[in-house]
Amino acid sequence: MTLSFAILAGLTVGSAVAAMSLRNLVHCALGLVLTFAGLAGLYLQLNAEFVGFTQILVYVGAVAILIVFAILLTRGTEPANEPAAVSPWAGLPVAVLAFLAMAAAVLASPVGKRLAAPVPEVSVKTLGQKLMTDYVLPLEVLALLLTAAMLGAVIIAMKDKEDLQ
Amino acid sequence: MAEVFQAIDQFPVTLKTWLLGHAAGVMPEWALPLLSAALSITPILAVFPLLFALTTVIERKGLGRIQNRRGPNRVGIPLTNIRLAGFGQFIADGIKSLTKEDIVPRSADKVVHFLAPIALLIPVLLTYSVLPFGRNMVPLDLPQTGLLFFFALGASTELSVFMAGWSSRNKYSLLGAMRAIAQMVSYEIPLILSALTVVMIAGTLSLSGIVESQAEVRFGFLHSWHLFTPWGLVGFFLFLTAAAAEANRTPFDLPEAESEIIAGYFTEYSGFKFAIFFLAEYLGLFAMCGLGITLFLGGWLPPFKFLGFIPSWCWFLGKLVALILLFIWLRGTLPRLRTDQLMGFAWKFLLPMTLINLFVAGLWHLSVTSVPMTVRWIGGFALLAIPYWLLGRGFEAKVGKREYRFAN
Repeated sequence: MTLSFAILAGLTVGSAVAAMSLRNLVHCALGLVLTFAGLAGLYLQLNAEFVGFTQILVYVGAVAILIVFAILLTRGTEPANEPAAVSPWAGLPVAVLAFLAMAAAVLASPVGKRLAAPVPEVSVKTLGQKLMTDYVLPLEVLALLLTAAMLGAVIIAMKDKEDLQ
Repeated sequence: MAEVFQAIDQFPVTLKTWLLGHAAGVMPEWALPLLSAALSITPILAVFPLLFALTTVIERKGLGRIQNRRGPNRVGIPLTNIRLAGFGQFIADGIKSLTKEDIVPRSADKVVHFLAPIALLIPVLLTYSVLPFGRNMVPLDLPQTGLLFFFALGASTELSVFMAGWSSRNKYSLLGAMRAIAQMVSYEIPLILSALTVVMIAGTLSLSGIVESQAEVRFGFLHSWHLFTPWGLVGFFLFLTAAAAEANRTPFDLPEAESEIIAGYFTEYSGFKFAIFFLAEYLGLFAMCGLGITLFLGGWLPPFKFLGFIPSWCWFLGKLVALILLFIWLRGTLPRLRTDQLMGFAWKFLLPMTLINLFVAGLWHLSVTSVPMTVRWIGGFALLAIPYWLLGRGFEAKVGKREYRFAN
């Protein structure tokens, strides 16, 4: 464990805890952004430059803005003082399931067996070619999903205008 | 003679290797990479803030000239009669903003309010690390992801604008921040799509690789800048428009709009924090200009081969200053857009044009060997000019009888 890994891991976990525990929703969102940035740093440490910078571009640049807009447009930004409607223990089964799934994945991977995983020579070019040949179906499905979401957003936004008239 | 010019051209690189070589005997092994990084960072931190300081004076003088007044011409060297035509102004401005009281509103979110200018300046400064300033002069060469690094950091400035606007607890700040985010998110798409044409042709995301792809010499004297192609010419202007919007420059300065919402997201900032916002905005503009130069204007390459004796970093700085002067000229000339015009322009004009430009760049790439040059030029321009005319018709000012909806 190197020093940079310790710093990045501490930052990621600490900001994730802050994102869950802070009372002000915008502070939570900013904490989450710090988590995204820490994850990007961890990707960079694994020499996955493309994934790391894409993480920053997509999550810090776009998803964070989306979250912030959603917070500002749906409810006040005042700190919420009412207690949570659902018992905090309700999340326990989900947390256990998520932990089991991740533990199974980690134990099945070569990292758990202390074997040296083969280091593939991945360039952006190979990523693009794979995306356009082997993984073209998932890509197209994603494009369809995003288009449907965009159309849905436009329709929701249009309805307001008709009501006004 | 050629050796002398080459020595001047490579002077910063030689100086750095010389310093590192001397430090190797004195300093411990682990400190050398840190020293190397510091030696690469220092020129960036020295040159670009100084350029910013000079730009503020040149901008005020230039705007004064456009508006038929004088602009700053008093401040020179203190306690003497030397006035330097007003070019001491930036020192006085700097001292003023350092000594001013830093006022934080009582209801402001103190921590976020404090962090916002820092979170804005750091990504902007980091973008400079991948720009090739001259031959062999890239502080951080990322052969796989250079351009992606630039755009990723450019996108992360949006959040700091929101932080500034939200934490101030001021309606003008929040309005400015919302305007800024809507504008930056919208104009990021044409910005990236217009830069993508160059990536398609050059086949690399490395910025130094993109400069090298323009080094080929045509007709014995002309470097093949990407600007000298139909898609490059159109792409450069699309890029410049989107870059102006991304850097909140006039005519896209709605987030600041001092006549409507005071100063937008930095209304509640004073003293040196305000100066940091000002600095980050200009440094962001310079970085965008630097990227435009790298992508379309040949980076540090001269336009003509026989001008190659001028040092490469002079070419980069010269092109940068020329683009800054262009932006000052635009600021003095164009009025501010309205919000609906701004959004309509991004989504109904810039986005279709960049998509068509991507298509034309693809055709250009496929027809390199099979179609003669003149046919490619005429075809490429026709494919771009007709949509330009068709799309642009919707934005022409219509002069008709004025309707007063509420006053009739």
